Amino acid sequence: MSIDWTHFTPWSALAGGVLIGLAATLLVLCNGRILGISGIVGGLLRPGNDRGWRIAFLLGLFSAPFVYAALAPADRVAAPVIDAGWGTLALAGLLVGYGTRLGSGCTSGHGVCGLSRRSPRSLAATLAFIGAGVAVVFVVRHVPG
Amino acid sequence: MPARASEFLAGLIFGIGLLLSGMTDPAKVLGFLDIFGAWDPSLALVMGGAIGVGLIGFGLARRRTHALLGGPMPLPATRPVDGRLILGSLLFGAGWGLAGFCPGPALVNLAAGEPAALPFVAAMLAGMALHALLDRRG
Repeated sequence: MSIDWTHFTPWSALAGGVLIGLAATLLVLCNGRILGISGIVGGLLRPGNDRGWRIAFLLGLFSAPFVYAALAPADRVAAPVIDAGWGTLALAGLLVGYGTRLGSGCTSGHGVCGLSRRSPRSLAATLAFIGAGVAVVFVVRHVPG
Repeated sequence: MPARASEFLAGLIFGIGLLLSGMTDPAKVLGFLDIFGAWDPSLALVMGGAIGVGLIGFGLARRRTHALLGGPMPLPATRPVDGRLILGSLLFGAGWGLAGFCPGPALVNLAAGEPAALPFVAAMLAGMALHALLDRRG
């Protein structure tokens, strides 16, 4: 293992993480809701009437790039680097969509909220999805052929 | 503050946190998962910062029966670790490692007009809908 010092951004990572923790705190303390993106979106695809809070949250999320672009210095607004082709992106999306619903959560719901609640289920889920992610990246990047 | 305003604000702050931390860039996420290559530990610090604040927030929430703006507090899950949890998380992790997108960053990229987010989010919604369909039958 070698640390990639040119891409490692400790301070903005920590500051962004603090904002993510504040958002999860705000939503649970004020609204009694868990900030889990796959749960929030998945709930809209099922029958039921608790849609208002999900839509309000998602409108806030969709506003974020515009507010961020207005607030952040220009050199901090970088376009993402996406190497995957559309076929890979579609397969990945299918796995992420089905997997997060079967596993009852994703990076935000299990990784942030669940670990903050010291949930053993979320710890198991987080270890599983990080482990699988590491394995896939290893195969894609380091296994020849 | 009305409940809808704090829900909107939570989404906005969450999204800004993703953007500031760099987690909306799949290259940074894949750099974290690539522990056998040139490793970018940033994602660990994002999680650390978020959980550091979250431990306090969820600690406060646990002492309350109702949220500040109404509604009951969510109860901790009492279900055990089971096969669905692990299999689902493994499938999710595999997809995450293929593209570097998880649901939140993918939605922020879609809102920002990033074309690559479109096939990912469309397929993600299809995967979620497929699960809802199979779940209702089974």
